[in-house]
Amino acid sequence: MRTKMKRDLAGLAACIALYLLFMVLMETEIIGAFWQLNIVLICINIILAVSLNLITGFTGQFSIGHAGFMAVGAYMSAVFTVKLGLPFFAGILAGAVGAAILGFAIGLPTLRLQGDYLAIATLGLGEIIRITILNIPYVGGASGLMGIPRYTTFTWAFFAMVITIFFIKNFINSSHGRACISIRENEIAAEAMGVDTTKYKVIAFTIGAAFAGVAGGLFSHYFYIAHPASFTFMKSFDILTMVVLGGMGSISGSITAAILLTFISAALASYPEWRMVVYSLMLIVLMIYRPQGLFGNKEISLKIFSRIWGGGQHGAAQNK
Amino acid sequence: MDSLTQQFFQQLINGVSLGSIYALIALGYTMVYGIIRLINFAHGDIYMLGAYAGYFATTYFKMSFFPALIFSMVVAAIVGMLIERLAYRPLRGAPKIAILITAIGVSLFLEYGGIILVTPQPRTFPELFTTTTFNFWGLVVNSQQIVILAISLALMFILTYVVNNTKVGKAMRAVSFDTDAARLMGINVDRIISITFAIGSSLAAAAGILVGIYYNSIDPLMGIMPGLKAFVAAVLGGIGVIPGAMVGGVLLGVIEALVSGFLSSTFRDAAAFIILIVILLFRPAGLFGKNIREKV
Repeated sequence: MRTKMKRDLAGLAACIALYLLFMVLMETEIIGAFWQLNIVLICINIILAVSLNLITGFTGQFSIGHAGFMAVGAYMSAVFTVKLGLPFFAGILAGAVGAAILGFAIGLPTLRLQGDYLAIATLGLGEIIRITILNIPYVGGASGLMGIPRYTTFTWAFFAMVITIFFIKNFINSSHGRACISIRENEIAAEAMGVDTTKYKVIAFTIGAAFAGVAGGLFSHYFYIAHPASFTFMKSFDILTMVVLGGMGSISGSITAAILLTFISAALASYPEWRMVVYSLMLIVLMIYRPQGLFGNKEISLKIFSRIWGGGQHGAAQNK
Repeated sequence: MDSLTQQFFQQLINGVSLGSIYALIALGYTMVYGIIRLINFAHGDIYMLGAYAGYFATTYFKMSFFPALIFSMVVAAIVGMLIERLAYRPLRGAPKIAILITAIGVSLFLEYGGIILVTPQPRTFPELFTTTTFNFWGLVVNSQQIVILAISLALMFILTYVVNNTKVGKAMRAVSFDTDAARLMGINVDRIISITFAIGSSLAAAAGILVGIYYNSIDPLMGIMPGLKAFVAAVLGGIGVIPGAMVGGVLLGVIEALVSGFLSSTFRDAAAFIILIVILLFRPAGLFGKNIREKV
């Protein structure tokens, strides 16, 4: 228990150090406006990828409707801040709660489906959410909800990301998380061992949806607008690509892939169609040659580093 | 006839012609699913490809309708077989999710590769027939709708004949029933899968040309929505069942036309997905499918 806390504290310290480093670089204008935008985008993408990984990677429920939950978060938070005049934090919270409730309501019936049927059903649900939003004049309909103030700063995005990662990491390392992983490994066996599979699937789906809602709230408050066209199933594919590339069932993999893919799309910003061609080829080649993704289900952790440079020390201690 | 019933029958006619296009695409989905249990996401983009092949054949090679139709069906069949050979065959026996992700990858590749090749601007499909409009008791039917229906019915008839009465069709049914047993009986399973992709793709290409004639406009992303909807049609009729795909396609077209005629055209796309989810939840085997219990 104590070592766990120590590790969490070390992780937190590393995050704060990273945050301060980026803050200094941004304040001194070493990182320009273009890359500042991309760094915020990376934080948002990490939230999306890690939350989808909980559903798809760890619990094994293939979902391609994540953009729908992001849309709910984006609109819900914007309604709270713009229409109701509430503070940003309340907006983000509302976005998360709204997406979570919807995730629960959708997850309960659909998670009975399996494999590709679930995939296509979640894709359909994501589209239904988007089309429904498109038909609500209160939130701007097809032209989108405009005039959202830019509340999202690097600080907001970064700490939302850190909270997401810590929450999902600790969830996975808990008994609930192990139940989720057992569903991925073999649903029938898990059920036979007394795991309430429906309950854990819905829990994972709801948590994933809530964090997608947070990401949506950050997204709309960074780009001044919530537009239905930002949340098509293409966006869901984007998020899925990150999860698959990083490795299903690896949080550090999702983080790495989110950073990598955001960089690629930033570099190809003037050729958006090439970006999608690169993505698609990457998916095909990856599935043929390395279907488990870059990291498989392994994590980069301090343990690996300590094994590399601490190996000698450990041996010396034993010799004594 | 009062105006409401008249509108109803008018939408019914529009729905049947749109639905027969969905049915043609859905046939490819259902055949491929029946034989290798794969949702071929790229199928909608083969339909786009067929439309472009038809466009180039008629605009640059000055072909008339039937040669252009055959040309684009052949092109799509070759592309379909290539995709199967390069992307799906290496993954035979891999987890389902891996194959599904590959299919998504192939689909994105065709869409955005298409944008790079032919530019994202929509193109005007040449008018291959002079449009004649017939008027039956106040209901408007144009010649395009009749051509679409005739061609779709003819192709479906040919397909049914091939599947039920030829040696290849028999082999296809055998592979879809039990792949391993079929292989033991000396059927070249890989060849049959290739042929299935070829037939499915050529039907999608025919649908592409027919849509080009109907709407006069084609673009590289045109395959996404009809592709998804044709999949819904296949699920509606019972995936893997050939008559199911035909009925499901027409039914979906009619429902869509009625929704856009009587509610609002913006809800048209939602209608298809709502049907999908309702079917998946209450009768996952579809209208014509048989329930199969999962074995432990």
